[in-house]
Amino acid sequence: MSNSYVGLRAEALESLLIEKGLIQIDQIDQTISLYNERVGPMNGARVVAKAWKDPEYKKRLVEDGTGAIEEFGFVGGQIDKLVVVENSESVHNVVVCTLCSCYPWAILGLPPRWYKDPAYRSRVVKEPRKVLEEMGTTLPKDKTVRVWDSSAEIRYMVLPEMPRDWSDLSESDLAERVSRDSMIGVELLGLDRSA
Amino acid sequence: MTRLEDKEFPLEELQPPMANGEVIFEEPWQGRVFAMTILLNKAGLFSWDEFQSELISTIERWDREADQSEGYEYYERFSDALNSLLGKKGIVAGEELVERTEEYVNRPHGHDH
Repeated sequence: MSNSYVGLRAEALESLLIEKGLIQIDQIDQTISLYNERVGPMNGARVVAKAWKDPEYKKRLVEDGTGAIEEFGFVGGQIDKLVVVENSESVHNVVVCTLCSCYPWAILGLPPRWYKDPAYRSRVVKEPRKVLEEMGTTLPKDKTVRVWDSSAEIRYMVLPEMPRDWSDLSESDLAERVSRDSMIGVELLGLDRSA
Repeated sequence: MTRLEDKEFPLEELQPPMANGEVIFEEPWQGRVFAMTILLNKAGLFSWDEFQSELISTIERWDREADQSEGYEYYERFSDALNSLLGKKGIVAGEELVERTEEYVNRPHGHDH
């Protein structure tokens, strides 16, 4: 247990809410494990892999993201409108929420720490190439970079480019290779990042 | 507009884990505050838009007023926003929360063991 003031204040709030009958302790535990185990970027990875394998699905996904992910039945929503932006040879997309931390939870889980950081929020809009470079991703000079600012109403997900040499892989093998960061748009897939 | 324009970018913090499935809450209380927010929203005590606006203004206030050397802690702002909204809605009064927190701050060491 944390002994920090905010930690104790959270504990105090929890006890007050329980006393008032507004929340039950096991609901809290269940919600935490839901987000730890079932809501995460593996959901988005399945969507991306399906789009790569099925051109019809990809078309629907780009036209109506919200509708196209419905068939997966993901839980843990907060997505009114999902817009999927497709990377191509000429365009690279990056997602941010400049005001707070809007993020497509149902398909990517909760945002990573750096996504919520003031530095990322303010800088990626102004100098996306430089920020990506600092995160280990160098974009080809001839690519146009588009930055999408999320809001409570619209959440974005990037549909990354599939590396050419992945074309023989099955949908489930592909899903395992799609990283969270590629769906936020701060990583290109298929590059050796260990170097 | 933003406070970090002239600052060194905290590179080590930005280097994200490359694999899927990282630990999402760094301390247990963060997960509990998050879960309470989800549950109270589901119970209809406030709309998600209301919470979102409260969070945005809490973060803006921090950007404007806080001692920046303390470092930015997202879930502290998240927790501030929840408390503030619950106060405004008359669900948990600010004084009530401070009082209970003080009790916990002052309780004998070793309470958890």
